[in-house]
Amino acid sequence: MDDLIRLYEKRLSDLEARISELDKDLRGDTRSPASSTSTAAATTTALTPVRQASAGLRLGVDVGGTFTDLLLLDEKNGRTFTAKVPSTPEDSSIGVLNGIEKICRQADIAQSDIAEVMHGTTVATNTVLTGSGATVGLVTTKGYRDTLQIARSYVPGGLGGWVIWNKSEPLAALEHTIEADERIDAQGDVLVPLDEAALETDLKKLRDSGIEALTVSLFNAYANGAHEQRIAEIARRILPGIPVSLSSEVIPEMYEYERTETTVVNSYVRPVVSKYVDNLQNELKSKMGDVKLHILRSDGGLSSASAAMDSPVNLLMSGPAGGVAGALWIAKRAGHKNLLTFDMGGTSTDVALIENGVAQTRRETRVADVTVRAPSIDVRTVGAGGGSIAYVPELTKALRVGPQSAGATPGPAAYAKGGDEPTVTDANVVLGYLPATSKLGGDMTIDRDLAVKAVSKVADALGVPLEKAAEGIVDIVNENMCGALRLVSVEQGYDPRDFALIGFGGAGPLHANALAGLINAWPAIIPPGPGVLCAYGDATTRLRNEASQTIVSPLAELEPAEVNRTLHTLEQKAAADLAAEGVGQDKQDVFYQIDMRYTGQGMKLTVDMTPEEFTREGLEGTARRFDAMHEKLFTFALDAGHELVGLRAVVQGAEKPFVGKDYGHAGTDAGAARVQTTQIYSGGQWYDAVIYDRAKLQTGNRVEGPAIVVEMDSTTLIQPAHVGVIDEVGNILIWPEGQEG
Amino acid sequence: MPAQIIETNTHPVSRVEVDPITLDIVENALRNARAEMDAVLFRTAMSPGIREQHDAFPMIANQEGKMVVGQFGSFLYGFINGYDGTIEDGDIFITNDPYSCNGAVSHLNDWLLMMPIFHDGRLVSWSAMFGHMTDVGGKVPGSLPTDAKMIYEEGLIIPPTKIYRKGELADDVFNIMLANSRVPEWNKSDFLAIIASLRLAERRVRENIERFGVDTYISAMWDMLDRNKQAMGAIIQMIIPDGEHKAHFEDWIDDDGMGAGPYKIACTLWREGDKAIFDFEGSDPQSLSSINFLLNEEMFKMFFGAFTINLFDPQILFNDGFYELVDVRIPEGSILKPKKPAALSCRTHMLGRIFDLMGGLLGQGAPDALNAAGFSDSPHFMYSGYGKDGEWYQLFQIGFGGIPGRPAGDGADGHSLWPAFTNVPNEFLEAYFPLRIREYATIADSGGAGLHRGGNGITIAYEMLEPGEISIHDDRWLTYPWGVNGGEPGMRSTKTLVRVDGSRENIPAKCDRVHVEPGDMLYFNTWGGGGWGDPFERDPELVALDVRRGLVTREGAKRYGVVIGRDNQVEKKETKKLRAQMSERRGEKLLFDRGFTSIDELKKRSKVETGFEPPADPVFSRFREAAE
Repeated sequence: MDDLIRLYEKRLSDLEARISELDKDLRGDTRSPASSTSTAAATTTALTPVRQASAGLRLGVDVGGTFTDLLLLDEKNGRTFTAKVPSTPEDSSIGVLNGIEKICRQADIAQSDIAEVMHGTTVATNTVLTGSGATVGLVTTKGYRDTLQIARSYVPGGLGGWVIWNKSEPLAALEHTIEADERIDAQGDVLVPLDEAALETDLKKLRDSGIEALTVSLFNAYANGAHEQRIAEIARRILPGIPVSLSSEVIPEMYEYERTETTVVNSYVRPVVSKYVDNLQNELKSKMGDVKLHILRSDGGLSSASAAMDSPVNLLMSGPAGGVAGALWIAKRAGHKNLLTFDMGGTSTDVALIENGVAQTRRETRVADVTVRAPSIDVRTVGAGGGSIAYVPELTKALRVGPQSAGATPGPAAYAKGGDEPTVTDANVVLGYLPATSKLGGDMTIDRDLAVKAVSKVADALGVPLEKAAEGIVDIVNENMCGALRLVSVEQGYDPRDFALIGFGGAGPLHANALAGLINAWPAIIPPGPGVLCAYGDATTRLRNEASQTIVSPLAELEPAEVNRTLHTLEQKAAADLAAEGVGQDKQDVFYQIDMRYTGQGMKLTVDMTPEEFTREGLEGTARRFDAMHEKLFTFALDAGHELVGLRAVVQGAEKPFVGKDYGHAGTDAGAARVQTTQIYSGGQWYDAVIYDRAKLQTGNRVEGPAIVVEMDSTTLIQPAHVGVIDEVGNILIWPEGQEG
Repeated sequence: MPAQIIETNTHPVSRVEVDPITLDIVENALRNARAEMDAVLFRTAMSPGIREQHDAFPMIANQEGKMVVGQFGSFLYGFINGYDGTIEDGDIFITNDPYSCNGAVSHLNDWLLMMPIFHDGRLVSWSAMFGHMTDVGGKVPGSLPTDAKMIYEEGLIIPPTKIYRKGELADDVFNIMLANSRVPEWNKSDFLAIIASLRLAERRVRENIERFGVDTYISAMWDMLDRNKQAMGAIIQMIIPDGEHKAHFEDWIDDDGMGAGPYKIACTLWREGDKAIFDFEGSDPQSLSSINFLLNEEMFKMFFGAFTINLFDPQILFNDGFYELVDVRIPEGSILKPKKPAALSCRTHMLGRIFDLMGGLLGQGAPDALNAAGFSDSPHFMYSGYGKDGEWYQLFQIGFGGIPGRPAGDGADGHSLWPAFTNVPNEFLEAYFPLRIREYATIADSGGAGLHRGGNGITIAYEMLEPGEISIHDDRWLTYPWGVNGGEPGMRSTKTLVRVDGSRENIPAKCDRVHVEPGDMLYFNTWGGGGWGDPFERDPELVALDVRRGLVTREGAKRYGVVIGRDNQVEKKETKKLRAQMSERRGEKLLFDRGFTSIDELKKRSKVETGFEPPADPVFSRFREAAE
C-alpha cells in the first residue's frame, strides 16, 4: 500500500511538472494563467502581476448584499478615504462606479489617478446561493455519466437522516450530460482512443438543448488531459461562444466526483462572473484609462481580471477573504498577530484563524451545500446571524435558534418591514443592546414594541419572562457561533487564550464581547468602521508568491543537503518572480513549508520554518517539530517513520509602512463622547448603561461597561464588568475589568 | 457483581434546578464536543474504513452510563454492572467481545473503548467510542468469513479489559492485540485516534463543569434525559398502537451463504400504558453460519428513538432518557440472540434489515409517515491477492444502493442508509489496486415505481488486472425491497462474472474466495429502493424527465402507466388510457407490496428469475432445543 501511495505521488509529481511546463508556455497568453494560479502544482507560481501605481493610489472595493464599500489608499501621503454607497444587485458594477465617483470627489482626485482597483466580490457566491447560474452541459467518460447523481453516496444527518433528506439537483443536469467513448488509465496512458464522430453528434444535441456553458471532466483526466483538450477543440467548433471548462485545467487532482463538481461549478458561475468582470473592466478603463483590475481570490491572493473570468471557481470565498485580510491589516497595526476573526451578518457568521499574521487556508471551498476543491482561507460559516429565527418545538420545549433566517425581507420584527418572527436582532432590541435611538445604515429605524411582541412568542412557549427569553436567544446563538470558533481553533490544536477576537460585520460588534468571554480570547477588538473592513482587506492585500515541489519519500532515505538545495532553488525562483514585479529582495520575507506525515497516514501537516531554522535543525529538527505538532493536534505522536510529501518556499512582499488617521490623545475619561443613558439587561438583571458616540471617542479613553457605542453602520456592546479602551489606531479593545493588557 | 467505582471525593452531587436556557447551552456544548470527537478521529485514523468510510461512533454519557449524546451508545450501564473490578480515574476499558457486553458491539472487528471521566475525585461522565478495525485476525483477510461456524474463527476475542490503568497503557495486552492483526499499523493508529477522541471529550466535560458547576452539569444531563423521555413518551402515545391493535411485521435475510434460507425476523408491537413493547417472538432460530446478529436491546431502543424523533425535532440531542418506556423482548437462541459460540462476523445484513422491519412495523399505524424498504445493508466486495511485484493487495469496499421512496419525496439514487458513510472514489481504486472500474452508474428502473420513486441501485463493473480472489457479502437477491401505499418493490441485487473468454456466470450473493484472472469482469448490481404511493398519480412530466435523465426507461415508464414517445415526451392521450386500464386491473392499492405472496411461492420462481436454485429451509431443531 505504501509503495502504491508512493507510486501515485510520483506520478502526480511528474504530472505537476508537466503542467508547470505547460504553464510556462502559456504564460505569454494573458487569458490563461488560470491553471497556474489555481493548482498546487510543482514549481508553478501563484503570482499575480501588479504594476506600481504611478500616483500611488490603490482602491479597495467590496460589494456586499446591501452596501458597496470603498477604501482609497494614498500611500505616499498616508491618507485614506472611505465611502459607502448602496449596492445595485441587478448590476453591481453600477454601484461600484457610483462609489468611485463619490470617493474621488471626497479625496479631490481625478479618477485617472487611480492605478489599481482591488476588488472582493460575492458575484460567484451569490450565483451559487441563488441558483442563478448557467445551464451547464457535461461531458464524462463512458460509464460515468452519473458521477454527480451518485456523488459520494453521503446522506447528511444522523441515523434515519435519509427519512427527511432530499438531495439537491446537480448543477449539470443528467439530461445535459453526454458520454465520450474514450478511456485513459491511472498512469495517463490511453486505453480507448476518443470516438470523435460520436462525440460530434452528441455535442450537436447538447447545442440544441440550450446549454450556456460546457464542462469536460473525463475519468483519470488528472493524469492526462489530452482527450479533454481535444474535446474542447471540437466543442469550440460545434458550440461557438459557449465557454468550455476542462477538469484537467481547473483542478488536475484525483477523485472524479470532486473534480467534476468543481469544474461544473466553474462553468456554472462563469458566464455571470465573466460578464460582470468584463463590464467592470471596460467601464473602469473608459473612465480611468490604464487601470489594473484585480479580483481577490478565496485563498486571499489576487487574481488578474482575465484569470478571474476563466477560473471563477476560485472566487467563491472572495468576499469573506476580504474580511479576513482586512482584519489582519487592522489588527497588525494594533500589534496583534494571533487573531480569531468573527464576521457576523444577517443570516450567517464567518470565522477564521490567523496565526502569526498568516490566515489558515485549506484545499476546499464550501458554499451552501456545494463543496469544491479550490484553495480558500479556512473560513467556517454557521447559519447564525442577526436575522436567525428563534422557535420552540412543541414536543421538546427546547429553545432553538436558526438556521432559518428572516433575511433582508421581511427581516427582524423590529425593522417594521413586515417580519413578525422573533430573531436574534429582536432579542438584542429587547435587551436594550440595540437601542431604538441607534440607526442602521443611517436610515433604518428600530421599533422596540414589535420586537417585544415577537420575542414574547418564545417567552410564552417556554414559560419564562420576556427578558429571560431574549437573553436565552442571544446566549444560544452565541453558543452556536462559539462552535464554529472552536472548529478553527481548539480543533486545530490552537488555544483560544493565545488569540484576540476581532468582531466585525453588521452584528459582530454586538456579540464580540460575549464570544470572547465564551472562548477566553481577549481582547475583543472592534475596528473603526467594522462595516468597511472587507474593503480594507481588498486594498491592502500583500503580494505573495510561492514555489513548490512534490517529493514523496521516507525521511530516512533523504539527503539533508539535497533537500536544503531544493528549498533554496524554490526560494530563488519565487523571489525572482516577485522581484520582477517590483518587490526588491530586501523587501521580501521568506519562509519554508515542509509537508510531512507518518508513513501510511492520509493527512499531512505543514511545518513552517525560516531558512535559518531549517539550516540549523535539518530534517531531524523538522521531524521533531512535526511530532510536536501532531501531539498538539491529536494528543499523541507515533513512533512510525516520517514521510516527506512536499516542499514549498513562500516569499511575501514586506508590508508598506502606513500612517493612518490620528485618533487624538486624551485622558481616560470618555465623557465627551457620552450621548445619553439607557438600560440594558444582562445576566438576569437590568443595568443603567451609557450610550457613546464612536466618532467622538479618542485614543486612551476608557468606556466602562455596561455601555453601548454607536456609529454610522454598527453598534458595539460592552458588557457589565468589562471595559473598552481606545487604542492608537482607533480600535475599541474590550477587556474584562482589571485585565486590560 | 457490579464494578467498584473508586472515588476520592465522596461528597454527593445534588440535583439542582436548571433553567431551560442553561440546559440548551449545555446541550449545544455537548453537541459541539461530539462533533470535535469525530473530527479528531477522522483526521488521525489510518485505516480507510474509519478515515474514508467513517465506520466509528462516539458518545458521551452521564456518570451512570446513560448516553447523553451519540448514536450507538447505551451499553455502558450493562458494562458497569457486569465488570468485575475497579473503575478508577485514568482507566480506559476495551472489549470487542459481543458475548461479554450483550451485543454492545456485534462483531469482533469493532473495538469498543470506554473511559470514565473524573472531576475533583468524582465520576462525572463517560466517553466511549467504537471503531471498525480492518483486520482482527481469524481465518480470512478482513476477519469476516461467511462460512465461519464459531466465533473463534473470526479473530482475537478481547473480553472487557483495562487497556489503560491509571493513565498507563497496558503494553503487553496491546501488543497481543496488534500481533493478531494482518494490518497492525492501521489498528494501532486507529486505536490511538480513538483514545485521542475520548481524551478530548474528557477535556470538554471538565470545561463544562468548570463553567457551570458540577451540580448544574450533572443535573442538566438528567434534564436532557428527561426531555427525551417526555418527547418520546408523547411520540409513543401518538404512533404505537394499543394492545387491541397490535402491529406485526416480518422480513427476511435471503440466505446464510451455506445454502439455507431465508431467515425470518418478526416483530410484534403494541403499547401497554405508557410503555411500547417490541416482541421478536416468531423470529427464526440462530444460523449455523456467521449471519447471526446479536442485537442489544438498548441499542434497538436507540434505533427506534433516533428513527422517529427526527421527524419531530431534528435538532434534539438524542439520548437514552426514554429507555424505561420501551420493552424489547428477544427470544434466546434466535438469530437476534444467538448463543455463544455462534459466529457473528457477517451480521451486517441483519443489522440493516432491522431498519426495514422497524419502518414497516411503525408505519402501519401511520401510512402517511411510512417509508418503503431501502438499501438496508452494507454489502461487501473484497479482492485480494499478490500483485506483479509479489506484494499483497487487499481491498474491502462497501456498496451503496437506492434510498426508498418516502413521504418526503423520491429516494436518492445510489446512496447510503447509514450516517456519515461515503463511497471510495473510483480513481483512487484504480490508482492503488489492480482494478479498472469500467462503469459506475445507476441502474435504470431499479427503483420501485411510486408517486415518489425509489432510488436506483448502482452497477459497478470491476475489471480485474491481476489473478486473485474475490469475496462478496450481499443480500436481497431473492426477496424484494418492498414498496408501500401502492408503490412497487425495487429491483433485486445481481452479480455477474464475465470471464475473459466471454463466458458468463451468476455469482451468488454470499461467497468467499472466488478465483479471478486478469480481464475477468464482475458486474456488481446493488438493489433499488421500494416505491412510495400510487405510481399512477405521479406527474407524467416527472416520469418523462426521469426518462430523459436515463433513470427510467421508456418501457419502465409504463409501470407508472405513462406512455413516452420516441421524442421522450409524454403521450397524453395514451397515458390517460393506459392509466385507466392498469388502475382497474390493479384494484385496491396494497399497503405493502412485497412482490410475492409467500416464501414457498417465491422459492418456486427462484430458478427462473434468478438463475439460482432456492435455498433449502434452515435446520433449526438443535438451537430450539438448546434455547429451551
